[in-house]
Amino acid sequence: MQEIEHHYDEMDIVCERPAALLDTRMHYCPGCGHGVAHRILMEAVEELGLQEKTVGVAPVGCSVFAYHYMNVDMQEAAHGRATAVATGIKRTNPDKIVFTYQGDGDLAAIGTAETLHTVNRGENVLIVFINNAIYGMTGGQMAPTTLVTQKTSTTPYGREVPVMGNPLKITELLAQLPGAFFVTRQAVNTPANVRKAKKALLNGLKWQTLNKGTCFVEIVSNCPTNWGMKPVESNKWLEENMLPFYPLGDMKVPSKEELENG
Amino acid sequence: MGELRLMKGNEALAEAAIRAGMDGYFGYPITPQSEILEYLTREAYNRTQCTVLQAESEIASINMVYGAAGTGARVMTTSSSPGISLMQEGISYIAGAELPCLLVNINRGGPGLGTIQPSQGDYFQSVKGGGHGDYRLIVLAPATVQEMADFVLEGWEMAEKYRNPVLILADGALGQMMEKVELREQQPRGTRPVPDWATVGKTKDRERNVITSLFIKPEEMEQVNLRLQQKYKLIESEITRVEELQTDDADFVIVAYGLSARIGSKVMELLRDEGMKVGLIRPISLWPYPYATVSKAAEHVKGFLSLELNAGQMVEDVRLAVNGRCPVGHYGRMGGIIPSPEEVADVIKKMYSEL
Repeated sequence: MQEIEHHYDEMDIVCERPAALLDTRMHYCPGCGHGVAHRILMEAVEELGLQEKTVGVAPVGCSVFAYHYMNVDMQEAAHGRATAVATGIKRTNPDKIVFTYQGDGDLAAIGTAETLHTVNRGENVLIVFINNAIYGMTGGQMAPTTLVTQKTSTTPYGREVPVMGNPLKITELLAQLPGAFFVTRQAVNTPANVRKAKKALLNGLKWQTLNKGTCFVEIVSNCPTNWGMKPVESNKWLEENMLPFYPLGDMKVPSKEELENG
Repeated sequence: MGELRLMKGNEALAEAAIRAGMDGYFGYPITPQSEILEYLTREAYNRTQCTVLQAESEIASINMVYGAAGTGARVMTTSSSPGISLMQEGISYIAGAELPCLLVNINRGGPGLGTIQPSQGDYFQSVKGGGHGDYRLIVLAPATVQEMADFVLEGWEMAEKYRNPVLILADGALGQMMEKVELREQQPRGTRPVPDWATVGKTKDRERNVITSLFIKPEEMEQVNLRLQQKYKLIESEITRVEELQTDDADFVIVAYGLSARIGSKVMELLRDEGMKVGLIRPISLWPYPYATVSKAAEHVKGFLSLELNAGQMVEDVRLAVNGRCPVGHYGRMGGIIPSPEEVADVIKKMYSEL
């Protein structure tokens, strides 16, 4: 017995819930990538010591209740308007760290104008874009990022380009804008990708203080429920179908000089 | 006495906003109010380091206002009718999240793209809703360039006291006309205390602040609505504003606000010269509406005329207040046409002869 007690005393905590993430049961479906994305974003906020100066903006969509979980001051935006709300916060509070957390419908359909102009102005905010190629909250309708031939409740025979157009690669589009400082596409389907996504979020938050433009982190994620798959299957489907069309990696990275002259 | 200047209504409003210690302005050009955005981009940052941003749309403007207001900043957007229509979603969110801010509608003629000429066609939109859900805006209707300036600081103070958006509803003529205006002293920025609900970063000594209008549980949503209704009742009891001219001995009363009230007071003079006992009630707050004042007049007058630059909108509130005790007429011109006092006097004489 003595030995066991001693053993416990020697244990180091290697992983615990970040204080920036509230101890609340999430409403997300089992296997959904939102929980992981929330966690790594809040870990990044905490590790950079930014919890007290961070203001987040939640979208309309599955992550509408992000403010139930993220333990920072937050605002709930109207559908698609998160980056306009973030602009209002940041312009009147330039010393705060401001981020939005938005899904594909919010950011790339109804909010396309706000997204594009926020990045074009080079607002010093972090935009976190969760792309799971479907509308989750409303029950699985076509998203702007839904793949060609992908079935959804409003593309029951698969997305047909002549009718619904092509999936929108908004991240590639935004990377062209001079106002963008850092643009990257990550995923949360494997532990290795989760670690890379977290690194991108850390950079996106850290580089905001340079006041050199918008940081944009797309996270390709899954939607087991509305894709009609088990979580493991959905991550496999993501790998085999989404990643070929939405390849992972940095699209715009600041140069050494840009980072040093902060 | 403050500084006297000869100014356009739009410019007086913009100048008053700078002097009131505005922290942020977000707007989009639209006639007949673009001078406000132009004036502020020219003057505001240089003088007070106030944020001024031309947004990509009215939709973005109102949501920028939402974000900034959520941090306790003193913020404003201005537009004209079609732009205000675009903002209605955001205005409903702002009312639902109880954020203080100042909105300005320099009303032009509609419906649709309409005309750039003055109108009061947005009365219903301003006082009866506009956006979705059960909410109210405090609506102030200036009738002079002086009031265009004065209602800015007064509006913000009301907005901050009640955590409710305040709308200044003026028409294109008030925005464009030049008059003498006395300006207040410059108020310092950044001296107001940060409200305890503001999202400016969660410090260790408090729970996180959340700005939202989403309450998914029916019981909770009903409680929020009941609390809002209680607040609206309080506002009704505390800030209903109205001006009365010669109503004491009047047996006929014109009810008019804004530019129409100026025409109405001239009509009153013309008819008084002819021996008719005509008075004028000018609602200054369109919500809360001065029902009590109109109702009191209904006890001793033979009739009312609601004079508006529209097809008959405020007349419904006059009729509510009068409650059938005497006839209530309406006279209005649309499309940007402003009636002459003589024209209105003839309408009243005809109506009066039939009473």
